[in-house]
Amino acid sequence: MKSLAEPVAPLPPADARASESARWRLRLRGQVQGVGMRPFVWRLAQRHGLDGWVGNDGDGVLIEVQGTRAALAAFRAELRTPPPLARIERVECSEQPLQAAARGFAIVASRVGAAHTGIAADVAVCADCLAELFDPAARRWRYPFINCSHCGPRFSIVARLPYDRANTALAAFPPCAECAAEYADPADRRFHAEPLACGQCGPRLLWRARAAELGAPLADVLAETLALLRGGRIVAIKGVGGFQLLCDARNAAAVAELRRRKQRPAKPFALLAANAASFAGLVELDVASQQLLEAPSRPIVLCRQRAGVELAGIAPGLDRLGCLLPAAPLHWLLFHEAAGRPAGMAWTTQPQPLLLVCTSANASGEPLPIDDAEAVTALAGIADAVLGSDRAILARCDDSVVLAHGGGFSCVRRARGWAPQPLRLPRAGPATLAFGADLKNSIGISRGDRAWLSQHIGDLGSVAARRAQWQALEHLLAVLDVQPARVVCDRHPDFASSRAAAEFAAAHGLPVYAVQHHHAHIAAVLAEHGHDGPALGLALDGFGLGDDGAAWGGELLRVEGVHCQRLGHLRPLPLPGGDAAAREPWRMAAAALHVLGRTDEIAVRFAAQPAARTVAALLARGVHCPPSSSAGRLFDAAAGLLGVCATMSYEGEAAIRLEAAARRHGAAAALAGGWTHAGGVLDLRPLLAWLCARQDVAHAAAVFHATLVAALAEWIEWAVQTSGIRCVAVAGGVCLNRVLLDALHASLETRGLRLLQARELPPNDGGLAFGQLWLGLQQT
Amino acid sequence: MVHGGGGRAMTQLVEELFVAAFANPALQALNDQAVLPPPAGRLVMATDSHVVSPLFFPGGDIGSLAVHGTVNDVAMAGAVPLYLAAAFILEEGLPLADLARIVESMAAAARAAGVSIVTGDTKVVEAGKGDGVFITTTGVGMLAEGIDTGGARARPGDAILLSGTLGDHGVAIMACRDGLDFDVPIVSDSAALHGLVAALIAAVPGVRVLRDPTRGGLGATLNEIARASGVGMRLREASIPLHEPVRAACEFLGLDPLYVANEGKLVAIVPAAAAAAALAALRAHPLGREAALIGECVSDAQHFIELETAFGGRRVLDWLAGEQLPRIC
Ligand SMILES: [Fe+3]
Ligand SMILES: [Mg+2]
Ligand SMILES: [Zn+2]
Ligand SMILES: [Zn+2]
Repeated sequence: MKSLAEPVAPLPPADARASESARWRLRLRGQVQGVGMRPFVWRLAQRHGLDGWVGNDGDGVLIEVQGTRAALAAFRAELRTPPPLARIERVECSEQPLQAAARGFAIVASRVGAAHTGIAADVAVCADCLAELFDPAARRWRYPFINCSHCGPRFSIVARLPYDRANTALAAFPPCAECAAEYADPADRRFHAEPLACGQCGPRLLWRARAAELGAPLADVLAETLALLRGGRIVAIKGVGGFQLLCDARNAAAVAELRRRKQRPAKPFALLAANAASFAGLVELDVASQQLLEAPSRPIVLCRQRAGVELAGIAPGLDRLGCLLPAAPLHWLLFHEAAGRPAGMAWTTQPQPLLLVCTSANASGEPLPIDDAEAVTALAGIADAVLGSDRAILARCDDSVVLAHGGGFSCVRRARGWAPQPLRLPRAGPATLAFGADLKNSIGISRGDRAWLSQHIGDLGSVAARRAQWQALEHLLAVLDVQPARVVCDRHPDFASSRAAAEFAAAHGLPVYAVQHHHAHIAAVLAEHGHDGPALGLALDGFGLGDDGAAWGGELLRVEGVHCQRLGHLRPLPLPGGDAAAREPWRMAAAALHVLGRTDEIAVRFAAQPAARTVAALLARGVHCPPSSSAGRLFDAAAGLLGVCATMSYEGEAAIRLEAAARRHGAAAALAGGWTHAGGVLDLRPLLAWLCARQDVAHAAAVFHATLVAALAEWIEWAVQTSGIRCVAVAGGVCLNRVLLDALHASLETRGLRLLQARELPPNDGGLAFGQLWLGLQQT
Repeated sequence: MVHGGGGRAMTQLVEELFVAAFANPALQALNDQAVLPPPAGRLVMATDSHVVSPLFFPGGDIGSLAVHGTVNDVAMAGAVPLYLAAAFILEEGLPLADLARIVESMAAAARAAGVSIVTGDTKVVEAGKGDGVFITTTGVGMLAEGIDTGGARARPGDAILLSGTLGDHGVAIMACRDGLDFDVPIVSDSAALHGLVAALIAAVPGVRVLRDPTRGGLGATLNEIARASGVGMRLREASIPLHEPVRAACEFLGLDPLYVANEGKLVAIVPAAAAAAALAALRAHPLGREAALIGECVSDAQHFIELETAFGGRRVLDWLAGEQLPRIC
């Protein structure tokens, strides 16, 4: 996890007064509550023999310490290494008059004020808790809800501030005497761990639904779950941020059945294994990927599949597998069960044969179910059994998806483990609320120069998803305690997100700013890099409504604050059938043939498509064919021409398959004369014409990528020369394509230009709200 | 045909044509107004301008459409339509034969609907300033006491009925205008619905809402009702009738049939207890043979219309600000 942690301000110079007594007041800001900060400070003060106190309030943690200046300085220096979940953003220190009476160091009760502190993200089980979980002598041996100050759920179980047990999902579970003692002991790892619990007093796992033919209940829920999975059944379990569906990944019939029941013919499934060693035979695990896999945020990490590995039905046509390690104690316990309940930790690093499919348990287009009753209804006909619990999930949070590259990582979906960690804006402004776009929706809120992006909310096409967006908004407002002063949305008048923004603004009497989609995409990347001046923006996207009302998506922009000028665009292709062309790449291939003057080939080439003749007629007559400069549709056209994907069963499928084919081939040279460029319009018709006659798909895909990179680089260089601006940001859904982006980055580097890319935020619409915030906040 | 003199000659010609075609005492008096006996009950008036390209299409033409459109607007109040007034804006150069065809069709549609075209007006505009012909019709009808079918009366629990298949008119027009030929020709559903309305009201006097899903289709109509009534709705896509050729054409053209215009269909919202009787009454009428119960109203402060798709998914049937813009990112 990337943090906002700043170095603690420099220490006062050591001087001759080192042995003199002084009293300091220290204010710690950032993510400093509910993360074991106060016991950490308490232990530190004990160790340095300091008197005083520490307490939480609405601004963070407040400390008063008294002792020799040397001890105070040492104490302050050690604040640099806080507990794992803490993120100290700022330390303020002031000298106070000495107090004669107070001896010893105390933890004082919380004082509620204006909350300017952050809630931590949900994190995986820490090493200490894991050791207890597998220690038959420990009080919490095999307890599925084990956690401590340094690990466990946070964001997903907090209803509102302040972060006290009463405001969490544990409110219904009064701690037993032993838990209460741990809670009250500053020397204990669970001192003031709000969600602490044990088998005596805490939540339990509960079967919520089991198909009748599964037989009589067994005594042990975990053994039974494992037996079901080994028997090829599909089991829903309650994960950290919502229900997940599990099945045996090595059982092709089980995987096929899951696909059939979820009506998900080809979209890749993530795999869950006990540890990185268990993945070693399946994927190429570089150091960066392994670190991401094992990070406390526990994202799904996209890893390159080993050559020759064949796991039927997991990721059809792709060369990467989504890998995931246990994020909750329950996941660990399934592997523990499968390993025969060994005592101790040795097995946790040894390869384990159990490999599970782990996928969100939502019906397609619906949000993840978080409530047990809701899950039973939603999963009837999908899961053979539903394993819930009596601990509620208060904030829905999908798994995050990331990918290691270039020594760091890039984010595909930002959710569990990241939400709601703050991001920094280039400068402060009025508190702003941004509603994102309609697919991969995520909303954002800013206060000062901090911005919080909600967890991934997803496609707003269903009523449940729109209600989930409101829930996420209310939850975020409650845990941040922000009052937005303005609202931002996309310019598309028919986006549900735009309408939600208007509704919220009207209800609260706030102004709404509608910003252009690609301007916001570029602004997100610029803001992430703290860039607050003029820049060139290359938007490589699927679709966004343009200033002229047309479908944009391959744009070269000049961006400066709230101003945006379109310097150029990809030569538009017609979209035969509008949105149907975004689902059916063969239609884009037909559009390509049409702009190449080969309309009469369409009916023959796509004879298998019932609509081929009609689509040819639409193109010939120019009806139902809105033009689009979209880069995403250009990829679709290429995939359609190469026969990589005729119709998509999930968003982005054609481009993802084309990228996989290019990676399979490896580097290729750009096609000479593959493009023309005049007046800012980049025309790739020569490349499309070349693709029409290709048989070697992998080679053609590699040449397509290489040529596009060369064309884009030349195009950007033209813009740099005409504008005099050397800072270039790239954004949009197409930027998930690493073959394209890595080559473009390298190509610009050789031209002495630096390409700014999305880092912690997804480059697609999942990060749009951050750009909207930055633009909304600058409106005057 | 050429019409000099600012179109006066044409106007005269046209008036003769109209009087002959629409033959009725009020019109034959050749005054600038019609003098009519007042009907019993409440008066209902509606006016609608008709603009369509092409003027002739499978299943109708602008003439029959101008009668059906306004008759239906009157009928959706639950009223019996009685009279029509018609105003024509003719573009210079419109072939007289075309005009004669349109007028004949209008007369036939009015006769079939049992309404008289009692007064009218004609203007001629220069070539290039019109689209052949525009027709504005104004209808008057009689509404019995105790009937109210306004859009704000839907209540949670009410049943939503549709009198037949969707999209036939819009797709027929598009296919014809864009020169697309489909394997099975698609025919407009243009029809006068007051007979169907009368049959429905006779069976279910407590019908709450009647509306014809014309421009913007079922999606626009249901959203208007939901917002006016302050309810949400749940629909089952599988129960919404659709002619197979229309379904296929919509798929080919990338259109959602739920947003395509109809000219001979109505949406009826009735109390749940009356749903079966309403459905039976609709189906017993020749224009309602394919009627279906497509969903129900629910209580929802945000007035969402949720569609359970044929594949078991759910999506919102939104109101649209304008044309169907691309939305896929
Ligand atoms: Fe986008
Ligand atoms: Mg009308
Ligand atoms: Zn722990
Ligand atoms: Zn306990």
